[in-house]
Amino acid sequence: MAVANTGAVNGDVVVPDELANNVFIGTIAKVLDPIYNWSRRNSIWPVTFGLACCAIEMICTASSRYDLARFGMEVFRATPRQSDLMIISGTVTKKMVPTIVRLYNQMPEPRYVLSMGACASGGGPFKEGYNVVDGIDKFLPVDVYVPGCPPTPQALINGLIALQEKIDQQSIATAPWYNKKDPTAGIYPVPVLGPDLVDLRQLDLIRREAAKHPAEDPARATEAEPQTAGPQ
Amino acid sequence: MSEAILEPTAAEPAPVFHTPAQEASARLKELFPDVVSDETREGYEGLAVYADSLPEIAKALRDELGFNYLSSVTGVDNIEEGKLEAVYHLYSIARGGGPVVLHVQVDRNEPVIPTLVPVFRGAEFQEREAFDMFGIHFQGHPDLRRILTWDGFNGYPLRKDWHEPFFEEQHKPFGSRWPEGEVFRAEEKTPYGKNVQYPAGWLPTGDEYDVETDVYLGLSYSRDATPGLRTDKVTVNLGPQHPSTHGVFRMVVTLDGETIIDLKPVMGYLHRNHEKIGERNTFIMNMPFTDRLDYLSGVSNNFGYALTVEKLFGLSVPERAEWLRILTAELIRIGNHLWALGFLLNDLGALQTPMLYFYIERELIVDFFEALTGSRMMHNYMRFGGVAYDLPDEVRGVPTMKYLEEMVFNRLPRVLEQGDELMTGNEIVRARSIGVGYLSPADAINMSAAGPLLRASGVPYDLRRAEPYSFYDRLDFDIAVRYNGDIYDRYLVRMDEMRQSLRIIEQVLPHLRRTEGAPIIGDKPQYALRAPRGGESYGRVENPKGELGFYVTAKRRDGNPSRYHVRAPSFINLTTLGPMSRGYKVADVVAILGSIDIVLGEVDR
Amino acid sequence: MYGTGILKGLGVTLRHFFQTYADDLRWAGKGGRYYNDEAFAVRQSPEAQGVITVFYPEEKLAVPERFRFVPFLVTDDPPPGQRWGHDWCTSCGICAKVCPPQCIWIERGKLPNGRPKPEPVNFFIDIDICMNCGYCAEFCPFDAIKMDHDYELAGYDRSTAHIHDKARLSKPLSYWQEISPKRAAAEEFGRQMAESAKTKKKGPDEEAAPGMPNDVARQLPYRGAQY
Repeated sequence: MAVANTGAVNGDVVVPDELANNVFIGTIAKVLDPIYNWSRRNSIWPVTFGLACCAIEMICTASSRYDLARFGMEVFRATPRQSDLMIISGTVTKKMVPTIVRLYNQMPEPRYVLSMGACASGGGPFKEGYNVVDGIDKFLPVDVYVPGCPPTPQALINGLIALQEKIDQQSIATAPWYNKKDPTAGIYPVPVLGPDLVDLRQLDLIRREAAKHPAEDPARATEAEPQTAGPQ
Repeated sequence: MSEAILEPTAAEPAPVFHTPAQEASARLKELFPDVVSDETREGYEGLAVYADSLPEIAKALRDELGFNYLSSVTGVDNIEEGKLEAVYHLYSIARGGGPVVLHVQVDRNEPVIPTLVPVFRGAEFQEREAFDMFGIHFQGHPDLRRILTWDGFNGYPLRKDWHEPFFEEQHKPFGSRWPEGEVFRAEEKTPYGKNVQYPAGWLPTGDEYDVETDVYLGLSYSRDATPGLRTDKVTVNLGPQHPSTHGVFRMVVTLDGETIIDLKPVMGYLHRNHEKIGERNTFIMNMPFTDRLDYLSGVSNNFGYALTVEKLFGLSVPERAEWLRILTAELIRIGNHLWALGFLLNDLGALQTPMLYFYIERELIVDFFEALTGSRMMHNYMRFGGVAYDLPDEVRGVPTMKYLEEMVFNRLPRVLEQGDELMTGNEIVRARSIGVGYLSPADAINMSAAGPLLRASGVPYDLRRAEPYSFYDRLDFDIAVRYNGDIYDRYLVRMDEMRQSLRIIEQVLPHLRRTEGAPIIGDKPQYALRAPRGGESYGRVENPKGELGFYVTAKRRDGNPSRYHVRAPSFINLTTLGPMSRGYKVADVVAILGSIDIVLGEVDR
Repeated sequence: MYGTGILKGLGVTLRHFFQTYADDLRWAGKGGRYYNDEAFAVRQSPEAQGVITVFYPEEKLAVPERFRFVPFLVTDDPPPGQRWGHDWCTSCGICAKVCPPQCIWIERGKLPNGRPKPEPVNFFIDIDICMNCGYCAEFCPFDAIKMDHDYELAGYDRSTAHIHDKARLSKPLSYWQEISPKRAAAEEFGRQMAESAKTKKKGPDEEAAPGMPNDVARQLPYRGAQY
């Protein structure tokens, strides 16, 4: 019997092998996906957003020698609302991370985050510092990590190609940004600055820890802000 | 007196002053006999001063003794003695030479020092930084708020008894790395899985999250730009994410219409705790960290740090290494200025074109550094007592000396000419920049501006001439100086400086040929250096951005600096931004900021 | 005249525009301007005119010998059938001690009698902390750790991939000789020189070792002063 299950099965229809190439039996998504992904992968617009040393290499990547325009990525948008990609190019500090999360929340979906360099991925050489966030992935979902301190422009392009490959894997049918049940999904809570950086998702944990280590002076603990010790 | 002249042996010999600083110090002791004394600690220089009389002393130094340039203010935590210390470095613009150093010690539990802002406005940000980091209270400071961390931050991070969440040991190298070496990520060891810690028992209540209000308090709303017309003032935030702020820098601007009434820079968005980490590091570990200060001019930062530590250790540098240092420092100056001008013209509205043309040339300079040091930006090139590498055989397939000659004699001069052609005569650039962002020479000195910013205001102060280091005193070059103090002149000064740098490199190249094969490091390289003597050391170099200073103190036989401070030119130059922008339009502020040429890695450290 | 400045500037842009096409013509008969090694070399040198773009995935800009990215460990060339040869690393710990951000963890081996064995059991480098400074390679007295040239490390995950263990770090000597031929040769020279100096010292009236020739020494950090 020449009829076999080729994998090209749609519903109950079983298509003979010799016809599989001639008959359209896939879902619409299968046809649309390549077109959809091709157009998206070749027009990834990053946010004009430089943090530290890696930003210099990012600019070098965008300028004449490495020329991101070859990938359709040269349009650095100053506003997050027009961009698809956020290149976290440099050390993320506690003072800056609320802004970064807010910017990310403002980006329209589908949106991607590329963590460029050691600092953005995991704190880098400054990890031990008191004002440094040990990896932006603690606050945002990161799609591609590019190691290096700093990654050379070619390494960054390599990361961008990896991102393109990731986009190629996505399907319009299963894309989470089109069939959202919860309208607040994808909104990340903006961390706030207290005596240290406060991740609002960790409030319960902070309360538990506070119960474990009570302050010596209970009056001080309930104060909104610790007093600055200058005699005045 | 006439007898004394006739009888020279009878009179006390007049004291011999070798430097202006010695002379001023002696004079100061005469003027204030009770409150000024020589610093007696081993390895320390300068004067010990009582806190209360500091403003008078500073005023006397400025007005009577000519020491009118307050280069650096920093705090030091002398925890063993229970003291906090503030260290001031003052220089004489007119006479050059070394500093008058003032040490003020105050009790650690009650650290109050009168502010110097009325005398030197350049102290404003630096005192705020010392307040932020050490909790030294500068009495009378107009706007004493935290500057690098945020209001409400818990503790004073640079005090020796304050520990960060990922605290492992007081000094590197950490014992856990070797020989047991069980790998871990630091966040595994904190309860939150993040780099955070909270005061014991601290509970989030919801109303502590307002760290912004104080930012706006210092703004002045008083001036009416349009008399007779009742207008509302608007406060606008530029940054921290803004394409024209050159990084994560924020300006809070009060506007009347489009005219700026007041401007406050807000920084710390890239505060990477350079100094805290630096005090944990050994001396040599700090070298690659300095690359990340002003990341556009890595070798230049290396240079400053190497000089400082060499001064402390008493090391000498072989000749070839000095020539290599000058070569790299000047090349990186050109690279930096190309970048700065590209961005400045971008800010002026010459979008992308000059920037892209300049970056092509910078790429070629970067290629040289990549071949020489192994990295495009983070050069980590200098070592104490020399440099790490000799010139490579070839750069991009061209023999190194030929590459350099091609660049210096041919390509770069042509590029500068092309830049001139492209921009200098351009009517739009001229209209946007001439007369905008004026900074008077007196203000520039008073606000401790440095580098091209200072020289564009007509103050010919260049460390390579004023206090020559390395072999700069053997080289023939001019100080680039312009007199109008506006954006256009800052642009021209940078253009001139690049030409002078080329001139310097032209003189260095024959020396490099001559010393071919000579050693490039003094002693056998060591990884664990210990300070042969205790004491302090302040070294400074003319960075492309301005005067980059390092203040390092160490205890005898210690492998780590006990205090490591960076006098960052970008940071202090920002003092001028507010005063310079007042009265101009918003669009001009962007250009004024571009003309200061800041790098956030250095501003926030 | 007002406007001449702008016109001059536009002239510069126009010149750049034509330079690009002039270059196209120049290489027209010689295999074309793009994807042509000879043209590529000229395009990236100080003689470059017009466009200097590197078409990255297809054309790669070679990195110089001294280029430093994340470190790797040198082993002997593996005997047939095995993945690695003998480690050069003696787990002396100098790299871990000099590492500025302290991203190297070394577990030293132990002999059955409890004495340290000069061989690492484990060697970890957290490349999320590594600052590519090159100190480990510079101060290693056994030339056992070197800076890799492979910068194409982008990935989708860092939880496991970014802590390089010994298996990930170890690469044979032939790899090092391949990416950095001159320097590897100079190091070999230095090691032999140090070796012969050691043996010569025993001799009573031997001349001091002649030292390194210039073109060897310049390949090494500090011109080989550590040998």
